[in-house]
Amino acid sequence: MKEFLSFIKKEFRHIFRDRRTILIVLVMPIVQIILFGFAVSTEVHDARVDVVGDLADPSVRQTVARIDQNPYLHVTAVLGSVAEVAERFRAGKSDVAVCFERNFDERLRHYDKAFIRILGDGSDPNTAQMIVNYVNGVLSTVQSELSASEGTQTASFPHVQYMYNPAVRSSYNFVPGVMGLILMLVCSMMTAISIVREKESGTLELLLVSPIRPVGVIVSKAIPYLALSLINLVTILLLARFVLGVPLRGSLFLLAVMSVLFILASLGIGLLISVVSATQKTALLISGMGLTMPTMIFSGIIFPCESMPVILQYVSDIIPAKWYIIMVKKIMIEGVGFSYIYPEFIILLVMTLFLLVVSVRLFKRRL
Amino acid sequence: MNENTDIIIVEQLTKKFGNFTAVDHISFRVHRGEIFGFLGANGAGKTTAMKILCGLSLPTSGGGTVNGYDLCREQEKIKRHIGYMSQKFSLYADLKVWENIRLFGGIYGLSGKRIRQKSDEMLRYLNMTDLRDELVGDLPLGWKQKLAFSIALIHEPAIVFLDEPTGGVDPETRRLFWDLICETAEAGTTIFVTTHYMDEAEYCDRVSIMVDGVIADLDTPAALKQRHQAADMDAVFRKLAYQAKRE
Amino acid sequence: MGAIEVDEVSKRYGTCQALERVSLDIRAGEIYGLIGPDGAGKTSLFRILVTLLLPDSGHARVEGLDVVKDFMAIRRRIGYMPGRFSLYQDLTVAENLDFFATMFGTTVADNYENIREIYSQIEPFRDRRAGKLSGGMKQKLALCCALVHRPTVLFLDEPTTGVDAVSRKEFWNMLYRIREAGVTILVSTPYMDEASLCDRISLIQQGHIIETGTPAAIVAQYPHRLFGVSGHPAYPLLKYLRRRNDLLRCFSFGSEHHVAVAPGTIAPDELQTQIRAAGFSDATVHEIEPNIEDCFMELAKKERQKA
Repeated sequence: MKEFLSFIKKEFRHIFRDRRTILIVLVMPIVQIILFGFAVSTEVHDARVDVVGDLADPSVRQTVARIDQNPYLHVTAVLGSVAEVAERFRAGKSDVAVCFERNFDERLRHYDKAFIRILGDGSDPNTAQMIVNYVNGVLSTVQSELSASEGTQTASFPHVQYMYNPAVRSSYNFVPGVMGLILMLVCSMMTAISIVREKESGTLELLLVSPIRPVGVIVSKAIPYLALSLINLVTILLLARFVLGVPLRGSLFLLAVMSVLFILASLGIGLLISVVSATQKTALLISGMGLTMPTMIFSGIIFPCESMPVILQYVSDIIPAKWYIIMVKKIMIEGVGFSYIYPEFIILLVMTLFLLVVSVRLFKRRL
Repeated sequence: MNENTDIIIVEQLTKKFGNFTAVDHISFRVHRGEIFGFLGANGAGKTTAMKILCGLSLPTSGGGTVNGYDLCREQEKIKRHIGYMSQKFSLYADLKVWENIRLFGGIYGLSGKRIRQKSDEMLRYLNMTDLRDELVGDLPLGWKQKLAFSIALIHEPAIVFLDEPTGGVDPETRRLFWDLICETAEAGTTIFVTTHYMDEAEYCDRVSIMVDGVIADLDTPAALKQRHQAADMDAVFRKLAYQAKRE
Repeated sequence: MGAIEVDEVSKRYGTCQALERVSLDIRAGEIYGLIGPDGAGKTSLFRILVTLLLPDSGHARVEGLDVVKDFMAIRRRIGYMPGRFSLYQDLTVAENLDFFATMFGTTVADNYENIREIYSQIEPFRDRRAGKLSGGMKQKLALCCALVHRPTVLFLDEPTTGVDAVSRKEFWNMLYRIREAGVTILVSTPYMDEASLCDRISLIQQGHIIETGTPAAIVAQYPHRLFGVSGHPAYPLLKYLRRRNDLLRCFSFGSEHHVAVAPGTIAPDELQTQIRAAGFSDATVHEIEPNIEDCFMELAKKERQKA
């Protein structure tokens, strides 16, 4: 026991005496949250809307006014014909065009049915999708207003609403993602590097010839990084809640338990990396390229997994971060309890046990 | 100052790191064509001084010239006109013998034709013609060091700096390496060498011994032995180094 | 029973035969030197003996314990100082020592007497980071860390490599003190002059033990007469001596050249006259005792001729 405490104390000394590393580890989550929150937001502000239609038509006028009132949209021009739209897109003067049918108001009243065509500039599909969604949102509001005032049941527009994220805020998506990424990075990379550093300096040789068991080395290496990760977790949650306004609807305790489980999985990965790499550089490369990139890509932070080819979806299934992120989303955003996340929990639990057992077995008692 | 007879002229050279004076106002000269032994205990300031002489570090104060180039203002020229070999970094282990020669020839700006010519010459001299396609990492340590030394001379520098060139080599290879050094000196190249083997100090024309950042003594091995009434250079070194105070 | 017994141990890495059927028998309480250049297999043998590496074949025992089966018991009773400085550079002197004491289930206070001699020399710097120590002090700290749990066998892998002559002498004095306490010491070194400081030695070259015995016995077996030749200029003199085909081998040893001659072929004064006649007017020749380095070169040459 005394050996453990002494070992852990030593690990903390290494961490605190390396000011640059500790700074990076503690400041990284803050920077990432701010970066994703403001700089690389996938939200669209001030989309420019062109209108094709007759402004003298009262329903058209009402709809256009509503579009212009929306904080994310503003109407830039009224065009005479659909043919002009393409030119406007090419010139980069407009992002979306809303085209109203001829005699819109009349058709709406008499036939309960009128057509609106939304044309998006698809050259940047993500943005186009987002803007079209905004326009759709406005149109459905207008539609329900019209129906109410007329007392008729109009069925012209699609009706989409995002239940848990009515404003389609991207922070709801990336905060869980960043949590997964940061915990993964700190635990795997830092654990791997701290063990490989001892390999490089030759001190691991001395530790191995001492009576301390490999499990002792591993546990002592893990605990300080577990502690750092928990600090990071708290930082991220506080920033998410109070700076970005992401709610924490579910149980904090449940979130903490899942996070610890994920941290253990990351430690397992870190140990595996330390077993296979001989130098800190290798460890850094493996964790950077082999962990961070796939985690970013496959965990749904940037691209939704559902839109990937099936094979890649299978690949994404073996990434522990994916399951953790799904759980975090459910707990934080949907506010569900354990009964809704147990499949993901079981998967992550099995992965963690597997990683820990394998890495402890592979961690050699000899050189 | 006479740059025709002295290839290294150092005056009051000083290097401080914070409030620690690693090299403390040293002055000395190295004559053209001699083998100059640069000895000192660990931490005496040897490495720091050598870095300045090779143009890798700037002195805090004082200065001097190497092959006529100023230590403070002409570092790039110094680097181009000296040869350098250390036990720690010498050649790329994952490149073949001839690839290493071509690489360093290229670094020092030799033409392709000149490199080929030099490389044939060098391999013939070292008896390594059959080994040109071997990876340097697969060569025995002794061969590696001879090759590294010859490559350090590929651009025919007037002076070559050798930083502990023979550490850990077996006794015979170590002596064969010194034969190579003596041959090179006979051909007119100045040799500036550090070593922990005191018998090697005897092979030098003149030897300086650094203690605590200053040059405690500098002379021919024979004169040093006589002055300090010592039987060999090992005893001279110990007498001087025991005066060291700093840690 | 020997303190360390090595029986026909071989170890191979890929195509490189690091150790080939190496056998040693080291007695309790002696300083045993393993002398050989880099790459001779010294470190591989050390790692096998401190249970860090498994031999491909052969057996080894440390105080009667098998290095493969009883590795945990061995680890408790040995001290090991690896080839390069292997302490935590970012921890202070005292922190390093405390840490290693605790890892071996003991404390510095309990064993202070055991390390007092050496530790007292670095204790004034107890709060300095290990990375900021001079070479000699690092070495003393490493020795303290290896001794802090009172090992009965001490393995020192090239403790003096890269260390200056003064620190080397001090280090050997410390080893003698440790030996007085009954500790068996196996030490490796590439410096041939350190061989004579050991009780017994083995010379190792390319994975083979080429000779074993006391330094005096090894020197006594030298087969030739040896002359020390000095004169100026030294290097041309060496070349002159090598050109003569009545001399067996010529190598420079500091200010002298050592010249091996077959017994009964030429006398020192005869050689001196001839050398002076060849233009080296201040040359002197006298008969000398060979040292370990002469013997090593002779034995290594024989080994090469065998292969």
